[in-house]
Amino acid sequence: MTDLSFVALACGLIIGLGAIGACIGIGLMGGKYLEAAARQPELMNTLQTKMFLLAGLIDAAFLIGVGLAMLFAFANPFIAIAK
Amino acid sequence: MTVASPEAPTASEYIVHHLGHFSTAHQVKIIDFSILNMDTIFWSVFTGVLGCLLMYLAARKATSGVPGRFQSFVEMVVEMVEDQSKSVIHGDRSFIAPLALTVFIWVLLMNSLDFLPVDLFSALFRIFNLEHVFPHHRVVPTADLNGTMGIALGVLVLMLYYSLKIKGLGGFLHELVAAPFGIWLAPFNLLLNVIEFAAKTVSLGMRLFGNMYAGELLFLLIALLGSTATAFGFIGHVIAGSIWAIFHILIVLLQAFIFMMLTLVYIGQAHEKH
Repeated sequence: MTDLSFVALACGLIIGLGAIGACIGIGLMGGKYLEAAARQPELMNTLQTKMFLLAGLIDAAFLIGVGLAMLFAFANPFIAIAK
Repeated sequence: MTVASPEAPTASEYIVHHLGHFSTAHQVKIIDFSILNMDTIFWSVFTGVLGCLLMYLAARKATSGVPGRFQSFVEMVVEMVEDQSKSVIHGDRSFIAPLALTVFIWVLLMNSLDFLPVDLFSALFRIFNLEHVFPHHRVVPTADLNGTMGIALGVLVLMLYYSLKIKGLGGFLHELVAAPFGIWLAPFNLLLNVIEFAAKTVSLGMRLFGNMYAGELLFLLIALLGSTATAFGFIGHVIAGSIWAIFHILIVLLQAFIFMMLTLVYIGQAHEKH
């Protein structure tokens, strides 16, 4: 197991574990939105705006993780320090 | 895909080249405040001026009669921002709503620079023989952590300013140590409030950075698919590129909207007294 393989594994774990949380979160929230829209169709438009806002917030930590994983994949800052 | 000929870069070299900034010095440490990313500075100022110019042109020719298309479009955007700010800010909105509009238009313009082809600027520099002046260049200022954290720090300054203005210095300090658990748990409250300010600022900046950086990197990877010069590579690159570009339109709009909404919400929270 070289250092490079550890970096690759780390990037995979960051993206994969983050995706689990983000997808489950958006799935739950989307399900609640659909239930609410079915109960009160007149609230569909106002709730839709808030739903997109929440989708962006839920995705935030996951996308920060993706950004960091990409950083490690292509421009690993720890390599310069190790040298 | 990792074979390099004497002139052509390998896949990793291509990506690493495209991820470098046009900066005043080569960055080796993770945090180095002595280096400036000149491309981020230039493109953020350019889009800021462009956004202000567009809004000024719309305001100058505004008629109260039947509006033209450009004026109606601008009015729709202004009305949307005004609606969002009405539900969030309880107080004087005459400065905050235009601030939110500015943030929205500016972040939207900066994000939309991501739609330019990834090789456009390197090709332009090669045509005009400016390759040695600009060895690296990145167009999107919000795909640079420095750019987004700069804007987030601006929002932090506004949060603090409005907290001080609405509650006064004494009220602000009292709230720092007394909310939300009461004055007897003062150190704990202080820690919680400081962490809250830091978390809001950092998450605001990093959310926008993560979305834009990941988007740009995906464009680079799709461009690499096209560089394999096979039939699958070319067709795959066109299809995947179109799908991702269309999805990215949604992301660009959504992230600008989220940034604006969070700016409004944070400034609105600064208005609340306990």
